[in-house]
Amino acid sequence: MLSFILRRTLALIPTVFGISVLVFFMIHLVPGDPAEMMLGERASEQALKEVREQLGLDKPLYVQYGRFLARLAKGDLGRALRTNEKITTEIADRFPATVELSIAAMIFAVTLGMLAGILSATRQYSVFDYSSMIFSLVGVSMPIFWLGLILMIIFSVHLGWLPLSGRLSYHIHIESITGLYILDSLLTLNWPALKDAVWHIIMPAFTLSTIPMAIIARITRSSMLEVLRQDYIRTAKAKGLAPRVVHYKHALKNALIPVITVIGLQFGILLGGAILTETIFAWPGIGLWLLNAVYARDFNAVQGGTMLIATTFVTINMLVDILYAWINPRIKVS
Amino acid sequence: MTKLLEVQNLKTYFFTDRGVATAVDDVSFSLDAGKTLCIVGESGCGKSVTALSIMRLIPEPPGRIVGGRIFFEGTDLLTLSENRMRSIRGNKISMIFQEPMTSLNPVFRVGDQIAEVLELHENMKGPEAMDRAVELLRMVGIPSPESRIKDYPHQMSGGMRQRVMIAMALACNPKLIIADEPTTALDVTIQAQILELMDELSRTTGTAILLITHDLGVVAETAQHVVVMYAGRVVEEAPVKQLFHDPLHPYTRGLMRSIPSMSDDQRRRLEAIPGVVPSLLALPVGCKFNDRCRHAFDRCRAEEPPLTAPKDGHSVRCWLFH
Repeated sequence: MLSFILRRTLALIPTVFGISVLVFFMIHLVPGDPAEMMLGERASEQALKEVREQLGLDKPLYVQYGRFLARLAKGDLGRALRTNEKITTEIADRFPATVELSIAAMIFAVTLGMLAGILSATRQYSVFDYSSMIFSLVGVSMPIFWLGLILMIIFSVHLGWLPLSGRLSYHIHIESITGLYILDSLLTLNWPALKDAVWHIIMPAFTLSTIPMAIIARITRSSMLEVLRQDYIRTAKAKGLAPRVVHYKHALKNALIPVITVIGLQFGILLGGAILTETIFAWPGIGLWLLNAVYARDFNAVQGGTMLIATTFVTINMLVDILYAWINPRIKVS
Repeated sequence: MTKLLEVQNLKTYFFTDRGVATAVDDVSFSLDAGKTLCIVGESGCGKSVTALSIMRLIPEPPGRIVGGRIFFEGTDLLTLSENRMRSIRGNKISMIFQEPMTSLNPVFRVGDQIAEVLELHENMKGPEAMDRAVELLRMVGIPSPESRIKDYPHQMSGGMRQRVMIAMALACNPKLIIADEPTTALDVTIQAQILELMDELSRTTGTAILLITHDLGVVAETAQHVVVMYAGRVVEEAPVKQLFHDPLHPYTRGLMRSIPSMSDDQRRRLEAIPGVVPSLLALPVGCKFNDRCRHAFDRCRAEEPPLTAPKDGHSVRCWLFH
């Protein structure tokens, strides 16, 4: 198992290298001059030239790529053209917010989605089955911004139960350890902050969870139905096991195999930043930041952000592979 | 003395969109403790449905047991609550299925799958159940069982897996094992080994076996008593020697003639029963075998014959013996 994990980890290196090539050259195919974006349309030719030289944009592409790669190897993503801040710093400020939101959304999606899927499968053609599948259809089809706004109107404006937007109230302070507010407030035993952070995350996380939840529910249902038809389920019943044990032990572990792939993919997608949800709820995450970087032709920021998101995505996929091998003994690990 | 198992007028129907399939219709038979009874017939004649009905594992819907009684040690299983029934399944009555390749759960170790039954019915704890699992695997002839209990099913051959299924079935010293075509999916040499094993275990443990098969060779080797089924009905029932010596029903005779024989001098063509098993949704009127029977006459096409016993202990459902 250990060597399997090691091999999967080593296989990440060429993947990440490939990503760096794609990210670098694709962004340079995009029309637009960063120097002009920085200085404005009426900047003098001399000034533009100086800025290009300063940023290394006057060099041939392969030289620029070489520099980018050399810096990347040292964990340096360069400076954002807009703000002249280090990109690693900018990301470190925003990525934890996205991670926290994604984790919270996946907790909603996985628990509710899987539960709905399992119950639908074990009660196939029941009222519960039909209604949960209709809900999940609605879940995948509903525009996120619309759902977010409706939730805001109901739970913040009318009922006043939940805060309208943001990550934390102004008067609350959290000592930053991981950057995940809920985790940090737990670690520092800061109960008022914990409550405030949880209250803030509920609505955006739920909004963000609807699509993955619906997909997970559907996959769980169809996978469970498939497994429940298998001979070994009949064997389990013939042993005298209670339906609860048959469903949650014998069937679920087999049914999980495709569900885990979907969970991994969905989580990877969420970590790429949920632009709509982050915009509506003013959530200071990576999605919104990256979008602004694209508008500003901030090559460095887009490169850095995309590298981070892509690397996270392949890492999540690797973790899914490892989890797979652990759940499914038929996958040869040696 | 009460019989170990007594099935009376069992009726199991399947209610489908295209009509009602009478998979098992008015089937009766009985089995003494420690003995072996074979149910023989072609695919789709209701053998497996009979077995699953005894276990009360008929998928419902679309299936339902609509009539009859199934007495096991004097208790009618059909009147028991689902909870009571669960305490019998895998404990007093256990089952071996046709497909060893798919009947074990692929994601659990075989040792854990055997131990699970023991933990459930015998109140054994983890290590104790594992020790017993090793013992059971040794009993069914699996070499180095201490290491094999840690195997996953995919690491074993078909014969090995069937041995594991048998070990699992034997775990709680059942009174009755229902074996539904236990050797059909196996190689001929392995088939013989598995049948021998079951025979030996039945003799040493005193477990009765209800063996379901379409293979008359298997019947001759293992059973004391035979029930021949056709289209959901019992068409003939007799002690094994009598059935082979003097088969009465044209269907049974047809089955016998379709067995290749090593002692035949002439090279004769193997006989087959003409036609195919009728669909349970569109059974012929009268005797259900009349469309394939070379002796059929008018009465056969009009009226279904009752099961009668022209000889002692040998009954048949055919107008020829009236």
